[in-house]
Amino acid sequence: MALAAAAVVAGGLLSACGESGKPVLNWYINPDGQDTLTQLAADCSTDDYDIQIQLLPTGATDQRTQLARRLAASDSATNLMSLDPVFVPEFANAGWIAEWPEEWASKVVDDDVLEGPADTVRWDDGVYAAPQWANTQVLWYRKSLAEKAGLDMSQPVTWQQVIDAAAEGGGTVGVQADRYEAYMVWINSLVAGAGGDIVSDTEAGKDAQVDIDSQAGKDAAAVIQALADSDAAQPDLTVSREGTSLPFMYDDNGEFMTNWTFVYKNYEPGDGKDFTQEQFDDLGFARYPRTVEGEESRPPVGGIDVAVGAFTDDLDQGFEAATCVSNAQAQQQLAANDGLMPSRQSVYDSAELKDAFPAELLSLFQESLDAGAPRPKSAYYNLISGAIQASWHSPRSVDPDTTPADSAAYLEAVLRGEALL
Amino acid sequence: MSAVATAPGGTSAKKQQKNGRNELSDRLKAENSLGQRLVAPAVAIMLLVTAFPILRALYLSFYNYSLTSPDDREFIGISNYVTALSDGLFWRDIAMTVLYMVVTVAIELVIGFAFALVMHRIVFARGVIRTSILIPYGIITVVSGFAWQFAFTSSNGFVNGWLPFIDDGFNWFGDTTPAVIAIMVSEIWKTTPFMSLLLLAGLAQVSEDMIEAAKVDGAGWWQRLFRVVLPNMQAAIMVAVLFRALDAYRIFDNIFVMTSGAVGTESISFLVYRQTIEQFQLGMGSALSVLLFLSVLLVAFIIVKLFRVDLARARGE
Repeated sequence: MALAAAAVVAGGLLSACGESGKPVLNWYINPDGQDTLTQLAADCSTDDYDIQIQLLPTGATDQRTQLARRLAASDSATNLMSLDPVFVPEFANAGWIAEWPEEWASKVVDDDVLEGPADTVRWDDGVYAAPQWANTQVLWYRKSLAEKAGLDMSQPVTWQQVIDAAAEGGGTVGVQADRYEAYMVWINSLVAGAGGDIVSDTEAGKDAQVDIDSQAGKDAAAVIQALADSDAAQPDLTVSREGTSLPFMYDDNGEFMTNWTFVYKNYEPGDGKDFTQEQFDDLGFARYPRTVEGEESRPPVGGIDVAVGAFTDDLDQGFEAATCVSNAQAQQQLAANDGLMPSRQSVYDSAELKDAFPAELLSLFQESLDAGAPRPKSAYYNLISGAIQASWHSPRSVDPDTTPADSAAYLEAVLRGEALL
Repeated sequence: MSAVATAPGGTSAKKQQKNGRNELSDRLKAENSLGQRLVAPAVAIMLLVTAFPILRALYLSFYNYSLTSPDDREFIGISNYVTALSDGLFWRDIAMTVLYMVVTVAIELVIGFAFALVMHRIVFARGVIRTSILIPYGIITVVSGFAWQFAFTSSNGFVNGWLPFIDDGFNWFGDTTPAVIAIMVSEIWKTTPFMSLLLLAGLAQVSEDMIEAAKVDGAGWWQRLFRVVLPNMQAAIMVAVLFRALDAYRIFDNIFVMTSGAVGTESISFLVYRQTIEQFQLGMGSALSVLLFLSVLLVAFIIVKLFRVDLARARGE
């Protein structure tokens, strides 16, 4: 027993050093673009340290939980981590990720970085991570389905139009409405698209202003209700995730689907993929649908920021490694190989990216990132997101007359610590 | 024991007996003290790994303590308990947990008893049949959860195809009732063998003579089952029900894997998990753990009481 325990402890200690005795920096990554990230880790390893990949779960919430449990225990072996931007304020506030000194911060947040992604790494007047890639959603659809339903996709479309067209053409509408982070992403974009927000004054922490009980909240709920009641809803609507709606694209009549940038590479014919060129040619893309007629849509924004664990022994090595894995060259590889879009303007202009994506798709991504609706930036984001998910799930029970008001009351109670989440 | 053996009477015998008792008592004392010293390390470790966390949880439950802002920890008395007990979500989760427990244990008891009978009476391929009945119990609950989740998925599961009255695109995890059914199926599939093992032990204790006597008296199969077999294995049934009920009351894995607590399928354990592990609310999470612990005690108490009443009735008192 004691021997086994000793062996485990020794094993744990040993893993902090590589085979050659070089220190190892553990980089906790999310599964997107794993192969490229593994390559980046190898490329960015130096004579002084090796970067080793550690895989996190698929869901953003699970990723946060796993990292937080390590960091709450002051784990010095959590060196680099790929963080969903919404968790940067919480981790920074808890003292789990290191603030970047000016000499390093100026390298990862310079004029070349798009304003949206740059803003996600700032908290409390400091820089806490390096933007690695920026994600946004567009409306992916089968051109033949839109034609059949007579929907003109050259003009901005509303959610109602998309739902009606899908129902008319015998297709479906794919969204993310399982009780998880991406459902919050959808709700946030719907509310923002109607000119409102879920919460404001988030710097006030638990005293933030809850705004979801508004006309914008009702408009957002109306969209969800319309889809849930429509024949265009996919059978697994209430548990739909990014991956579950992918197969519907070439099933029967196809679908309209709001999803992240990776979709393009997912359907591109190539090694080990079943999609034909003909199918791929039928894939269309357009700006994220509008919540209400006449108001610009606010597409979701996401992505990944690379942060350095606050308990890392040699922070400078951490900053150096994080800078390397998020530099322009790294972003180019992630975009070209995996469809994970850059947070740097210069990379959009590079020849590699122009080869890998149609010009109009690249400009659509940039346009979407610029117009995107970030989720509330709060140290209590997790409570906000959890409360919204709890009261808006299941999508089949969403009612514009009650859901926004109920969720506002619940969120306020949760923030005050008077209700269980 | 030796006192009985040396009890043929007479003063000397009595003296001997007294001496013997003294001698034995000394030995017993020595043995006891050795025993105590031998178990002391284990007791110390048990105190460290069980009593300490329990007391620590009790202590933390009086604080407002979030892992993300450890410096803001403050003593708030029984506020966490008041919040929990006055919250609708807590009672809804308790009700859901009781539902899981009652339904799964009831079904497992019936199926488990049938399996126990098969395992008890089978004459051919005994080993193979017993093993195959027990296989699900050897499978990790999380794996069972995933397997049944795939089975119930509308896109590639087989359940919709096999059930004639269910639409092929039916989403089992879209609403509370079907999702709870799916979770219960996985739970029942996985733990029925455990129930049948406990019942098999009880069956083996029922005297064959009594069954033979009942047969001679002309009792049919059902009469023998209800009048002879079941009353005589009441203790085993109670143990089986108690074990399984307490286990089922803490249901977590299947819910975690199959629905993540969505569509109202959350149990009380899952609520504790979310507060403590996902929300990092250590204070509230600890308060809920204490409440979970107390409710498990209550369930055990109720079951024990319930079966005592039944036992009394069985004896015709």
